[in-house]
Amino acid sequence: MTQRHTLSVLVEDKPGVLARVSGLFSRRGFNITSLAVGPTEHPGVSRMTIVVAVDEFPLEQVTKQLNKLVHVIKIVELEATASVQRELLLVKVRADPGVRSQVLEIVDLFRAKAVDVTPEALTIEATGTADKLGALLKNLEPFGIREMVQSGMVAVGRGPRSITAAAVR
Amino acid sequence: MTGAQSLVRSLEEVGCEVVFGIPGGTILPAYDPLLDSTKVRHVLVRHEQGAGHAATGYAQATGKVGVCMATSGPGATNLVTPLADAHMDSIPVVAITGQQSRPLIGTDAFQEADITGITMPVTKHNMLVTDPAEIPQAIMEAFHLASTGRPGPVLVDIPKDVLQEKTTFSWPPEMKLPGYRPTTRPHGKQIREAAKLMCSAKQPVLYVGGGVLKAEATAELLELAELTGIPVVTTLMARGAFPDSHRQHVGMPGMHGTVTAVAAMQKADLLVALGARFDDRVTGQLSTFAPNAAVVHADIDPAEISKNRRADVPIVGDCKEVITELVDAVRTERASGSADLAPWWEQLDELRTTYPLGYDWPADGSLSPQYVIERIGEIAGPDAVYTAGVGQHQMWAAQFIRYEKPRSWLNSGGLGTMGFAVPAAMGAKMALPDAVVWCIDGDGCFQMTNQELATCAIENIPIKVAIINNGNLGMVRQWQNLFYSERYSNTDLGTHKHRIPDFKLLAEAMGCVGLRAESKDEVDKVIHQAMEINDRPVVIDFVVGADAQVWPMVAAGTGNDQIMAARDIRPLFDADELVADDATASTQMTRQA
Repeated sequence: MTQRHTLSVLVEDKPGVLARVSGLFSRRGFNITSLAVGPTEHPGVSRMTIVVAVDEFPLEQVTKQLNKLVHVIKIVELEATASVQRELLLVKVRADPGVRSQVLEIVDLFRAKAVDVTPEALTIEATGTADKLGALLKNLEPFGIREMVQSGMVAVGRGPRSITAAAVR
Repeated sequence: MTGAQSLVRSLEEVGCEVVFGIPGGTILPAYDPLLDSTKVRHVLVRHEQGAGHAATGYAQATGKVGVCMATSGPGATNLVTPLADAHMDSIPVVAITGQQSRPLIGTDAFQEADITGITMPVTKHNMLVTDPAEIPQAIMEAFHLASTGRPGPVLVDIPKDVLQEKTTFSWPPEMKLPGYRPTTRPHGKQIREAAKLMCSAKQPVLYVGGGVLKAEATAELLELAELTGIPVVTTLMARGAFPDSHRQHVGMPGMHGTVTAVAAMQKADLLVALGARFDDRVTGQLSTFAPNAAVVHADIDPAEISKNRRADVPIVGDCKEVITELVDAVRTERASGSADLAPWWEQLDELRTTYPLGYDWPADGSLSPQYVIERIGEIAGPDAVYTAGVGQHQMWAAQFIRYEKPRSWLNSGGLGTMGFAVPAAMGAKMALPDAVVWCIDGDGCFQMTNQELATCAIENIPIKVAIINNGNLGMVRQWQNLFYSERYSNTDLGTHKHRIPDFKLLAEAMGCVGLRAESKDEVDKVIHQAMEINDRPVVIDFVVGADAQVWPMVAAGTGNDQIMAARDIRPLFDADELVADDATASTQMTRQA
């Protein structure tokens, strides 16, 4: 069965590395569900979190191919149950003074934050799993979503171990 | 010094002896110090594709890194085909390309092409050097990446102003490749597991691929084969890795392999794949390939293992180390006994006797292409180096020349690049000036890259070219004959009908000796004549029959059990499974079109 896999990829922070990584997926006809890149605690090393919906076997092949990229240092698959996975959502909701308190009540329930307010709209910031953000959006929809933007997922394994410690010296 | 001087010094330091290339606007600065280099010889080719294949031929003949150079834009894009070719066949090649000056990059400047972007999927690695101080490091890393692990092409793109800028040079530079750690040492447990299987299997086969040649492991392979008595097949990329004359060699597997080699794999209970990649041309329809075989798969590239066929015993490592350790492990294992292979050999020997490689003379009385190639092989012998293009002549050259030594057969296996033969022969001859280098080419292939004969004539690279001229794109014509109801759409090149071009005259126009043979009695004479000429390239136009076909054949998309030894002859692999009369066999072939 095709299911979502979360890959954490440590890469050298070099021009073109994103193209090399994404090219490997597209060349095999895989669609990347989400991708987030950012710095790590080691200068010169970036971390990509890639979510891809693919079968176990082709995933193994892509992982092996990714490992062959010279700029790729390490790849770890993060299981949902053994990692903390978060996405960031910014959503602009129609909220005139008549409904604003209702919107803010939902915001509170989801432990989200209002980060910008105008007489017509509220901009809300929320983090969480894809499920939680989906539920939040569902609750906000009746008020009218004017605009939204969502980050790719970032994830880190639970427990004291670090995937970078051994890989980056 | 300038970045350009640093580049040439770096090439000298890494031991580069020959560069094949063509100058142009952005690479110009590099050509100036190249003029003064006493260590690096530059061969001015006629087309960058020729430079790339020449570098490949040079690398295939020696194992050293082949180097080609081109300017930005079209110069660089002309290298794409040979880079893709070297990538598919894992050949160590370094390409150095000029790039537009840094401020102009991304502005659609004259002769600008994003060559690192373009070649990303067809190189092992590539880099754009943006600081002249990084040139030595880039060159050292490029050579290291190209030649270690699973070899492959690496492209180094250098902007013109980086070549012109002043910099300092120090050697050796520090390589920074934290993500590059090829595994060469195999896992002991896996080796023991493999050895155990190799001693208990009743119908084992050593499936030898090009990785054995790259690892320089042919002596070790011979030892392993003789120790175990296991039959050996050598793939198209591995011809010469095991002597053809050896009793245990049962031939080339695959689409045009020997019946015995194909049958051996189909019936095997154990395949020991050494530096081979279960390519579709070898396996045929994957689901019916070697159905009863357990698989030991040794390769330096972990991504190859279980890519196409699941390996029961995966071994990641360099073939030389793998085979050396297998020899030791098998010795230990054999102390407690091993399976009797006599019944297996009995089966294979019967197949060998019943279905030897062979060919018929064309019914129309024309010259047999197989005969020509066979004679070249016999007269030039196993010390010569043979290159081929792609198509029928390539398959016949793989079948009818006896290879006894590693690196004596150079061809384009993975990408199937027509036009490979002439420039590859040029590169091989540059690498091995004392060797006889025969380029076996087709009339179609030859017309793609023959301009490099001018290079050969001027640079004194006396290769010998045999054009197997059947007047057609022969392999395509063969498929049209078999699968498209003999509708010959656009395969007649007119080289017979109109004798355009006249290859003899064309050769002479390019400073070569031009010869022609059209009948059997002329064949030996012209080959001997060519063998005598060593001051110029020689081209022989062998005018051969258009209807000769490559057999045996496994039609594309069918299973290897469907192999046809010759037209309408399907060997009986499983007597209980089918009764192969001529009618079913031929309808089967037509249906698979």
